[in-house]
Amino acid sequence: MPRVTFREERCKGCELCKNFCPKGIVEMAGHINAMGFHPATVTDIEKCTGCATCARMCPDMVIEVEKEEKKVG
Amino acid sequence: MKKIFSRPESLKDMPFHYCPGCTHGIVHRLVAEVIDELDVFDRAIAVAPVGCSVFCYEYFDCDAYQASHGRAPAVATGIKRVLPGSVVFTYQGDGDLAAIGTAEIIHAAARGEKFTVIFINNAIYAMTGGQMAPTTLLGQKTTTTPFGRDSEINGSPVKMSEMLSVLDGAAYISRVSMHNPANVAKAKKAIKKAFEVQMAGQGFSMVEVLSSCPTNWGLSPVKALKWIEEKMIPYYPLGEFKAPSEVV
Repeated sequence: MPRVTFREERCKGCELCKNFCPKGIVEMAGHINAMGFHPATVTDIEKCTGCATCARMCPDMVIEVEKEEKKVG
Repeated sequence: MKKIFSRPESLKDMPFHYCPGCTHGIVHRLVAEVIDELDVFDRAIAVAPVGCSVFCYEYFDCDAYQASHGRAPAVATGIKRVLPGSVVFTYQGDGDLAAIGTAEIIHAAARGEKFTVIFINNAIYAMTGGQMAPTTLLGQKTTTTPFGRDSEINGSPVKMSEMLSVLDGAAYISRVSMHNPANVAKAKKAIKKAFEVQMAGQGFSMVEVLSSCPTNWGLSPVKALKWIEEKMIPYYPLGEFKAPSEVV
């Protein structure tokens, strides 16, 4: 399963990641961060394919995506 | 676990000062990724403009110079001529490049100066609070055109890429957009090609990026990207206007 890490303190809540997630699993959290924005988070990590579209559309480099390497042979 | 996506090394780990949803951040990342991929980090020199991206020297981890308003191409000319081995790029907005710096950009392109220009076109003067820029679309409301831009009074928007592509000195001129992930990927390819054209010494290269300004357009970040697609692209068509015949 891919791992998606959000640096909540950097998120400005612009919702571009939420808008472009092909699986629709990025949501805005209910709480607010130090800047006063609702940070983005992933609700259902089971559905994540690790495509990193959210990270590529994030203007503030909030998101980091990791994926397990495919085993060869 | 293998990292699929993380911060490029050429981008300092500090928060951007840009408004929420401003695509300046995405363009910064693309430029930094290209610098990483071409492995020119140690000889890259950025020239910052005046405008929203005036502090871009704080973000790029390479050498940088902050030029007077509109004069980034003139400063970049000097840097590149003194240090021909360096990889020089300017990062300019539309108020900087298409208004006060029109003379500098045109003559830098005409002379075929071997540096790269990243031109952010968001159709407005963003830092000063949303006044009409030369690139503001007809009918677009700004603080100085409250009833919409009128071609009778304000003239028509300037298409910089088309204009510069007729100059012999320009080697690579392309227009890309930030409105969806596919176009962000294309933008990166264009920026990389522009750097490669510079490094091959083929002449002046510029990538015009259609970028959003949610704050001054009065739209949400998501709606602002739709506005680029629906309003800006019909007037500013995407694509390569000039590319070297030999692919580098």
